[in-house]
Amino acid sequence: MSKKSLKGRNNNLAKAERQLEILSSGIFANGELPTFAEKIKETHQLPIRPQKLEILQLNLGYMCNQVCAHCHVDAGPDRKEIMTKHTMQQCLEVIQKTNAHTLDLTGGAPEMNPHFRWFVEEATKVGIKDLIVRSNLTIIRANKAYYDLPEFFKKHNVHVVSSMPHWTRGKTDKQRGVGVFDTSIQALKELNAVGYGMPGSRLKLDLVYNPSGAFLPGDQLALETDFKKVLHQDFGINFHHLFAITNLPISRFLEYLIASENYEDYMYALVDAYNPAAVKNVMCTNTLSVSWDGWLYDCDFNQMLNLKVSGKHKHISTYNEEQLQDRNIVINQHCYGCTAGAGSSCQGVVT
Amino acid sequence: MAKIYYDAADLRKFSSITEWSEELGTKFFDYYGKVFEEGALTAREKSLIALAVAHTEQCPYCIDAYTKDSLQRGVTKEEMMEAVHVGAAIKSGATLVHGVQMMKQVNKLEM
Ligand code: SF4
Ligand code: SF4
Repeated sequence: MSKKSLKGRNNNLAKAERQLEILSSGIFANGELPTFAEKIKETHQLPIRPQKLEILQLNLGYMCNQVCAHCHVDAGPDRKEIMTKHTMQQCLEVIQKTNAHTLDLTGGAPEMNPHFRWFVEEATKVGIKDLIVRSNLTIIRANKAYYDLPEFFKKHNVHVVSSMPHWTRGKTDKQRGVGVFDTSIQALKELNAVGYGMPGSRLKLDLVYNPSGAFLPGDQLALETDFKKVLHQDFGINFHHLFAITNLPISRFLEYLIASENYEDYMYALVDAYNPAAVKNVMCTNTLSVSWDGWLYDCDFNQMLNLKVSGKHKHISTYNEEQLQDRNIVINQHCYGCTAGAGSSCQGVVT
Repeated sequence: MAKIYYDAADLRKFSSITEWSEELGTKFFDYYGKVFEEGALTAREKSLIALAVAHTEQCPYCIDAYTKDSLQRGVTKEEMMEAVHVGAAIKSGATLVHGVQMMKQVNKLEM
């Protein structure tokens, strides 16, 4: 596995334009497969329009202690883009104004942002019902400065959502790096120890499952049952829910698909599994994504493809909810990842 | 030259068999879908059975399809290979048990 991001390797795929070019050519240009716009038009669902804004997802930066092979953020230790305190302040003002009830902090590893703790403390004061931190688990064990994260999360009643690609070491380490499985297990035990993920506990600990390869996630509930059984049996670990998330064909996962000659088959699989019922609940209908530098996107994936929200006001500094509610979502072929099977979002299935 | 036999891309076209016999094709796919639903057996167990049978039938399409299906259900490599051995054991057992027939026949024919 490469220890560097696409950007750090000067790989062409680090550029959003190159990714969009790939997603719009080949099988989608020659008519073999319908474009996403064509597909949703069949059921009169074009354009996709936002519903009530419920979730504000902030990307605190692309810096990460890991370099996972499937990462759609192209995160890694070599990425230096992180949200400034000034932008965080602008976000806090917006949070106060909106009726969004959930704040979803992601990255990279959001905990690596030097203002992370300050921001969490401030965010808990502005009336958010659910404050999510997407923690990659290994960060908790990465160095002494992070050892107290479970206690910190507990103190602020943070809802922890963590990635765990499989309940076996082999599959986990292949996707996320050697040693990640053991460290993740250790981190989960520490979270359990302070009360996270325990049956009936108010301290919520959910896991995210991404397939470790060119295939789609199976049934979310069946996977949750299997994960629960094995993690409890083998390690005594508890958690609440499992979100099964489809890998979208962008960034490093796109690189992997192309390098392993799985790209076309994967796109076929996504289009085959297209579920029109999932379209009305795709993540962009109730979520807004803010990048480390304050730009607004329909979702985290569009952020990585540099597809900003349509309309005049595209930055948190000029946030205008009325205009945002009245926009068309920007779509492309990667959106098929959100509508395959039971559908997929940062909160798991959507149907 | 285009591949004539066993082109992996042909698997994607499986559903097109319905075009030449709408009723039978539809009935088959309905039945097929129903078989693999969660029932007394879990969908995961059914996937492993299908994987083993795909091997004994030596159908490359089915092998590809149920390898992927197994992965989607979180089945491990070890479980998959054990399933293939179950298929192989039955296949060889079925061959060898006919040895009894051969023995009977020999005993009948020889003085
Ligand atoms: S998938 Fe998550 S943990 Fe892995 S490199 Fe990307 S941001 Fe970091
Ligand atoms: S990729 Fe983003 S814009 Fe496309 S459907 Fe999914 S959430 Fe919506």
